[in-house]
Amino acid sequence: MTDWFLQQLINGLALGAIYALIALGYTMVYGVLRFINFAHSDVMMLGAFAAFYLTPPVAGMLGEQSVWTALVVILLSAAICAVIGMTIEFLAYRPLRKRPRLTVLITAIGVSLFIEFTGQHEKVFGAATKSFPKLLPSRDIVIGALHLSSNDIVVLVLTAVLLAAMWFIVQRTKIGMAMRAVSYNEQAAALMGVNVNGIISFTFGLGSALAAVAGIFYAMRAPGIDPLMGIQPGLRAFIAAVLGGIGNLPGAALGGIVLGLLETFFGGMPGLSNYRDGIAFAILILILLFRPAGLLGKLQTEKV
Amino acid sequence: MLEVRDLHVNYGAISALHGISLDVKQGEIVTLIGANGAGKSTTLRAISGLVKPRAGVINFDGQNIAGVAPHVIVGRGLAQSPEGRMVFANLSVLENLRMGAYRRKDTANFAKDFDYVFSIFPRLKEREQQTAGTLSGGEQQMLAIGRALMSKPKCLMLDEPSLGIAPILVQTIFEKIVEINRELGLTILLVEQNANLALEVSHRGYVLETGRITLSDTAEALRGNPEVQECYLGGE
Repeated sequence: MTDWFLQQLINGLALGAIYALIALGYTMVYGVLRFINFAHSDVMMLGAFAAFYLTPPVAGMLGEQSVWTALVVILLSAAICAVIGMTIEFLAYRPLRKRPRLTVLITAIGVSLFIEFTGQHEKVFGAATKSFPKLLPSRDIVIGALHLSSNDIVVLVLTAVLLAAMWFIVQRTKIGMAMRAVSYNEQAAALMGVNVNGIISFTFGLGSALAAVAGIFYAMRAPGIDPLMGIQPGLRAFIAAVLGGIGNLPGAALGGIVLGLLETFFGGMPGLSNYRDGIAFAILILILLFRPAGLLGKLQTEKV
Repeated sequence: MLEVRDLHVNYGAISALHGISLDVKQGEIVTLIGANGAGKSTTLRAISGLVKPRAGVINFDGQNIAGVAPHVIVGRGLAQSPEGRMVFANLSVLENLRMGAYRRKDTANFAKDFDYVFSIFPRLKEREQQTAGTLSGGEQQMLAIGRALMSKPKCLMLDEPSLGIAPILVQTIFEKIVEINRELGLTILLVEQNANLALEVSHRGYVLETGRITLSDTAEALRGNPEVQECYLGGE
């Protein structure tokens, strides 16, 4: 029983960590622009595809399944997605900045569909599932009855590092302070000398880079990749962001972990595996009924 | 230092300012008084670059800044403490002050300038680590002014510093405005609905009525003007 529990715990944490990484992008963009970037999950998919195409040439230079190859592939994919994210913001969202939020939201859905269906075109990625290359040498670590994949441990550790780095950037650096200021009041931030467009670009870049990393981690655990692979984890990460309190960074991380755990625990229970999403989302609805602002979100009040 | 010439601002199809001109000279406190909706805040917002003027020239320190992005204007030395204070409620008092110094590169001098702000507003020192959202209205106003000062401006624009603040603090804040002007020689453009108070501390004043300047004179003369007395000073 304890073995089963530990096993599910590790699986759930690894999955939840991936949701957390994606959720951060949703929540950061919401923080500065107050809208949900529905194309975010597709940027995650593009991250996986970037890694898919980069791995063979990089592995040719740095060796198959080496740590260096993995690192270079992850960094390059993150950089590519950062540029893609900033480009999407610049072309699709910035011209609509002064329009009603709904306009931007619909545009985001349009961008998402555009990426998904362009990706499925045979001249682009094609609709068929492709098997994702082995980035790292994967070993099963057996402790008693416990089977741990070394990939899961790498994912967990790297995610923890990235979450800590994000916290540091947002809470302790000047650009992070500017992000928080823009999130609170764009005009006041501009009056302080903050280039608001620059901060928004940076936020999109950062969120998209994290999504790329998440896409690669997700692909490492999944049987294969395809242009629609972002939809499911993207939806869950979006829910995780809302669950944790949209706009709240630690909340997004917590929401992701909670969702990952719920999904794995109910999926692992005999007889319940078919209901795992049903049960996970029922719990979610209950949490939001009692805490509408999310687990860590609070309704901001300002004294006048 | 600041010359506004024939400034026109539209909000959509509605014209908010129909060609106003005003001057603020080095070291002066100049006030812009007028009723609600006369266009006082719009004037400051246009000067700061938050709204783009439809026509007109804004010369600051010898350069036309009409239509320049707000963050660039701050960098040139023109700061604004906006209407409604707009402090960052989610940031600490100290972080708010740091935001004020956002464009400055001389981090070595920050400590000295924090000390100056704390010397005029000791309340802020006591609340240094607190989130700005927990401050009272008056304290937030002090923070908004202190934050604007942290940019080391050549000219400071204050929008309704008395708005929604306990009367006893209003007095303090206006005394501090005079003190800042005298000690730093800082040029100040003050927008205020409380015309009595504004004319008391200012050197000169402009009266704004529905998007037009209708009167301009020394503060003393404006206070003696029967029209101003009747409309803005509550009559005699």
